[in-house]
Amino acid sequence: MPREGGAPVVYESIPPRREAPAWLLGGAAIGLLILVWEAVARLGWVPALFLPAPTAVLAEASRMARSGELWRHVGASLGRVAAGFGLGAVAGTALGILLGSSRALWAVGNPLIAATYPIPKIALLPLIILWLGIGETPKVVMIALGVFFPVVINAHAGVRGTDPLMVKAAKSLGAGSRQVILKVVLPSALPTILAGYRLGAGIALLLVVSAEMINATTGIGFLILNSGDLMLTGKLMVGLATLSLLGLASTWGLRALEAWLAPWKEEGRG
Amino acid sequence: MRVRVESLSKVYSAPSGRRLVALEDVSLDVADGEFVTILGPSGCGKSTLLQVVAGLEAPTRGRVVFESPPPDAPLTAVVFQEHALFPWRTVRENVTFGLEVRGVTAAERLAASRRLLALVGLEAFADRYPHHLSGGMRQRVAIARALAVEPALLLMDEPFSALDAQSRALLQLELLSLWERTRRSILYVTHQIQEAVLLGDRVVVMTRRPGRILAVRPVPLPRPRDERTMLDPAFVALVDECWQLIKQDAREAMADAP
Repeated sequence: MPREGGAPVVYESIPPRREAPAWLLGGAAIGLLILVWEAVARLGWVPALFLPAPTAVLAEASRMARSGELWRHVGASLGRVAAGFGLGAVAGTALGILLGSSRALWAVGNPLIAATYPIPKIALLPLIILWLGIGETPKVVMIALGVFFPVVINAHAGVRGTDPLMVKAAKSLGAGSRQVILKVVLPSALPTILAGYRLGAGIALLLVVSAEMINATTGIGFLILNSGDLMLTGKLMVGLATLSLLGLASTWGLRALEAWLAPWKEEGRG
Repeated sequence: MRVRVESLSKVYSAPSGRRLVALEDVSLDVADGEFVTILGPSGCGKSTLLQVVAGLEAPTRGRVVFESPPPDAPLTAVVFQEHALFPWRTVRENVTFGLEVRGVTAAERLAASRRLLALVGLEAFADRYPHHLSGGMRQRVAIARALAVEPALLLMDEPFSALDAQSRALLQLELLSLWERTRRSILYVTHQIQEAVLLGDRVVVMTRRPGRILAVRPVPLPRPRDERTMLDPAFVALVDECWQLIKQDAREAMADAP
């Protein structure tokens, strides 16, 4: 823009722009979506068989909660996830730390992990059922396998990623090799290990629903598939909403665990 | 306790077969309570020397002898160039790390941390994590952490070189007053000539590739020293002499830098 000759150029303070906080914007977006959905359903633009109104889904959820049906399915799924996640996380953490502390072990373990990791774990279910029979065990084992891989890989990376300078500093202050592992390597690897748990939790949820759709009479996966077959769209929606809530809860729970176990990592935690 | 470094050599062999002579036939003594500074351009092996004396690396030839070591204190503790504090430990927990691994009781550790943090002026930051502190404060914690184990010889590897010029000047003065109060033996590595002369009782000048001792100069400056010491003609003369000694090497170091 051409400047008028002789006119002074002034830079001065600008009043700060007021912006709504992120949580408000996000909440408003979800609220709006639900409102539109409610309107579409109420106005009858889409039949309730295909898209029941949010209020109808809520009513269905409360009915299922009171009859105990909802808790039966949620309980079954959570039980499987808890057992599978526990097994996979413990085994993955232990083995990952072991592989991280020995180059020879990693040379042996790495090709095995690299070869088995890419197999979608749900594809293993038929084989696991063949080996272990039907029932709870194969589901739990499959979830454990799904959780095991991200955890073992992260635990190994965390241990390997320990700053050699930290190890030197600890040794120069008189720490022995056991103390170096307990007081330097483990705390330094902890945030990476916990990130592996977060990945594992997502995979566990995915696998439990898949397994319950293939072979189960309880669980959220079964509820969703069965309701779909019977065209009970309200119940189906309750199942989906429950999954969304469980996913959010596990992410928040693991974040809280990280904030508690690794308080020094407070910045950069989103 | 007297420390003798005897004909130390350290050779690194790369897988390609190339050999790098980091140290060649280095001999020097640190007397009890002496502050020795090692001055050299980058790549002269002065950090390697410190790591060998710290027991973190084995020499290729030669040896380090600690005469009549104290019975229950560690021989050395290192303050590194980067602060090397444990980010998962609070300031207090960092300072007491060396005591913790030796099995000192919690009550004694607390008392020691109070005394040391007061010494470096960081009592108010005991429960903070290192990432809350400025670079200068972190380095003070690193010094307190090394002093906590009461090493017979304190090793310092360019501890202030990563700091801004003003923090560095202030910490040099703090270290001077700290040393004048405690008189602990210190082996201090630096590439900064003024720093080497201001702090040391003796300046050991090293050459690069191979790392060899070029000259040893006693510092004829009275103690206690402070910033006014740098105005003393004897200070200026020694700084100039050291600069003439390492100028050629420093030029080569700059040309080599990757």
